[in-house]
Amino acid sequence: MIQKPFKTIGIGIAFSPNLKANLYEASRLALFFECKLVLIHVGNESEDKTETLEKILNTFKKDHLEYEVIFKPGDPVDVILSASEEKKVDLLIIGAAKREKLFTYYVGSIARKITRKAKCSLLLLINPSIERLPCQHIVVNGLEDPKTEQTIETAFYIGLKLKAEKLTIVEEIKQNEITVNVDDDKSLRKTQIVKERLRNRERSRINHVIEHIPEAFTQNIVVKSQPIFGTQGYSIGHYAQIARADLLVMNAPTKMTFWDRLFPHDIEHILTELPTDVLIIQ
Amino acid sequence: MSQKKNNIKTFFQTLPKNIFSGFVVSLIALPLGLGLAMASEAPPIAGVIAAVVGGVLVSILGGSNVTIAGPGNGLVGVLLAVIGTLGIESAYAAIICSGALLLILGFLRLGKLADFFPSSAIQGMLAAIGLIILGKQFHIMMGNRITTDNISYLLEIPNTIISAFSYNNQGLTFAMLAGVISLIIMLFYSKIRNKYLQLIPAPMWIVLLSIGFSYYFELVLKQPNPIAADYMISGIPAFDQIISELPTVSFSKIGSLSFWLGVVSLTLIASIESLLSIKAVDKLDPEKRRSNVNRDLKALGLATVGSGFLGGLNVVTVIARSSVNVNNGGTNRSSNFFHATFLIIFIALFSTQLTRIPLPALMAILVYTGYKLASPENIKKIFRIGKEQLIIFFVTLLVTLTIGLIQGILSGVIITFVLHIIINKSFSLFARNLMKPNVLMFQEDRNYYVSVKHFCSFLNFYKLKSKIDAVPETEDVIVDFSLCKFVDHTVMENLNNYQELFTKRGGHFEVLGLDLHDTDSKHPFALRRLLPVPNVIKNSLTRRQTTIEELAKDYQLNYVQKKERETHFLDSFLFFRTKKINYIYNQLATENETINAFDIEFSEGEFIAKEVIRSTMLHIKLHKSIPEFTLDREGFLEKVYAFAGFKDIPIKNHTDFSKRFYLLGEDTNAIQEFFTDEITHFFESNPYYHVESNGHDLLIFGRERLASIKEIKALYDFGKRLQQVVS
Repeated sequence: MIQKPFKTIGIGIAFSPNLKANLYEASRLALFFECKLVLIHVGNESEDKTETLEKILNTFKKDHLEYEVIFKPGDPVDVILSASEEKKVDLLIIGAAKREKLFTYYVGSIARKITRKAKCSLLLLINPSIERLPCQHIVVNGLEDPKTEQTIETAFYIGLKLKAEKLTIVEEIKQNEITVNVDDDKSLRKTQIVKERLRNRERSRINHVIEHIPEAFTQNIVVKSQPIFGTQGYSIGHYAQIARADLLVMNAPTKMTFWDRLFPHDIEHILTELPTDVLIIQ
Repeated sequence: MSQKKNNIKTFFQTLPKNIFSGFVVSLIALPLGLGLAMASEAPPIAGVIAAVVGGVLVSILGGSNVTIAGPGNGLVGVLLAVIGTLGIESAYAAIICSGALLLILGFLRLGKLADFFPSSAIQGMLAAIGLIILGKQFHIMMGNRITTDNISYLLEIPNTIISAFSYNNQGLTFAMLAGVISLIIMLFYSKIRNKYLQLIPAPMWIVLLSIGFSYYFELVLKQPNPIAADYMISGIPAFDQIISELPTVSFSKIGSLSFWLGVVSLTLIASIESLLSIKAVDKLDPEKRRSNVNRDLKALGLATVGSGFLGGLNVVTVIARSSVNVNNGGTNRSSNFFHATFLIIFIALFSTQLTRIPLPALMAILVYTGYKLASPENIKKIFRIGKEQLIIFFVTLLVTLTIGLIQGILSGVIITFVLHIIINKSFSLFARNLMKPNVLMFQEDRNYYVSVKHFCSFLNFYKLKSKIDAVPETEDVIVDFSLCKFVDHTVMENLNNYQELFTKRGGHFEVLGLDLHDTDSKHPFALRRLLPVPNVIKNSLTRRQTTIEELAKDYQLNYVQKKERETHFLDSFLFFRTKKINYIYNQLATENETINAFDIEFSEGEFIAKEVIRSTMLHIKLHKSIPEFTLDREGFLEKVYAFAGFKDIPIKNHTDFSKRFYLLGEDTNAIQEFFTDEITHFFESNPYYHVESNGHDLLIFGRERLASIKEIKALYDFGKRLQQVVS
């Protein structure tokens, strides 16, 4: 059991109009999780840059925000990855454009490259804002995977820290697990039975996971489990969108090869159309 | 185990009914089989062989319940081209290959193939096939045999009509008369709703009349048949000849491109026609079963291979004959088997009599089918859905007529896609989202919730379909399009079909999130794009409606003239089990809505066999439970039905009532108890109506047509008094 999954939060910053919102979000999170904040800027240090940052982060001074700024020129992807490894960042925040262009789909934007290569957990923010928007509903995946238990625990931890009201564990049941094809009434009845059995199996598995989580994490939050039948990795995003979730927590993908990028699945789908803020747990 | 025993028991119980309906179907299948084969320029017997092989194999191996297999209308267009280019011997080889391909499609579970074609393109293709059939056969029907191409056949029609008035040869004039009279029979047969006339299907009337005509000349007038000899059916072999003289099948052209083009078109059309028919017939199935489409495809494929080797045409599921099957009480696949059996009997016993049928008479049947496929009604319907559908329809139609079937359907697909891009002003909407799994389904507390993202058109409808298909039709489904930017006509139409299916089987199917989408027309099937909604226009009243309005005032009733599509309260009546209610209108109801008179539009059969009927009915809500029964006038038809397993329930001490009325129901004792002296006397002393109870409501109507104002008054009065007597 991890009591504190995140110790250092990293964020890559550019001096764009979004800077203030991004910094505010990151600082708030650092305070919620009682972490150190590392700001990584790709480029040389200059006086007005430091000044701007200080001006923005002044707001959080009274809350004793601990932060560090790193300036390092070079290739953005390399810089951010190496700096976060150096500083032992365990949660990297990336501000994502809500809709990525068709062209970047195969090439991969900077954010996407980082997502693929990063060894720490990632938070993709779709809508950074200066004012805090409350996080009410967290959706977390309940895939059958060794990482899932940790992911669900972390989701509960975040739920506690951000004072979320509801947490939904979504079990994605793959189509190929339903071995019967629906042809007529008889096979339809069979599939209904298979589905019900799968649902029960998933439910008991999830209940088992929840039992292992300390009560302090689970007592103040409504827990719901929802089995969905759909394509893994994509349908959960669709569900999060329908369920109006504020944060989607997911396992990191096990492996990522060239073919995965060409025939997108799992997390790649989520990256092409972020439904909400997405947290990928490594 | 008891379930199985029960199945066998019901099978034998329903056997007489199935034999009866198989018989009626064979009456249509015989002339149609001969005609379709001749229209395809194959030997006439080829169509009957296809029907026999199809009937036997598909009934044993198939996966649907009340369908009939045999030679199809749609294939005439393709077969004509295939036989024309390859010759009949190679055409048999092509038929065998297409059967094998169909078999493979079934094994690959490609029953969803038909979902990938936009429905307006399919309509256009079917209309083109209809025009090909009509254009070619019209000339033969008029006694003017010409050979030209598809378009010129149509353009030559006026010339043929003009020249028909100046035939020098009397034989030709008689041939033309036979054709024209037959066409008139086909056209007006469904308009005359006489029970005795309807017992024999129209095509069989034509056969019977023309054979009778020929015998009249031979036996009574002792003269030769006045119809020109080359306009009579020829080449019908005797029964033993069919078996002893199998046709030669030549696979010599198997290497050529035209051969495989033929095979692919045959397979394409055969599968589309079959799949559309199966889907339509499933809606008519009184026992609400779901057909196993892939299994049916396999059976049809195998039957086509067998039929090809025996010298028959492609075997497909046919809608017109299947509808007749359902309407005559067919309940399982055995009726298909019996239809084949009766065909064998006909050929064995009457093959010489069949040569007495004049060709124009047979072709009139085909002209009528062709007309039904390409009827102006269809075009009007498509126009109401939207102008863009009309473009798709005509592009497909013209390309099919001028170039070919495959090119036609392909052009339909392409033009649809191009129009979708133009309407949305975006290509990326489709390109970016085509491969995405855009449908999510999960179970909320009691219902299934389906959410669709991005766009939903014929291109990716199969994803939505596979999700909906996995839900039993007795459940509640909500389909939400609020995240969807574009929904096309094909999807809207299919969803409407699902809606009907679910309501018929006791479930509920709702479509949400389209309120914000814009349409070009007011039609419920029109394609929808995310935009503000247009407003609604009010139409004016007809004279009948104003009279009903006056009547309503007079009787202090509430009158609502608008079309009401919510008609679930009628679904449980036996009468509507094999019929589809379109809507009710001109409702005339009492204050508390216990008695409600209304005009109703419903249809029998599906697709091209569809007959739309309007009638006036009266619905009474009873505040107590009564047994379920159907009461009608005793007559000849009921005696026929009695053979098929229905039984009239006698009421003691009322022989007059029992003699004059035909009473049907499951629970004999309860019905006998319910028909007390008072109720029996009421029925005896009042005019005849068809009265039906579904346990708590009564449905009363006179004829199967709209009632006049006077009749409405009489019907209303009868219902009011009946309500008093019953309660």
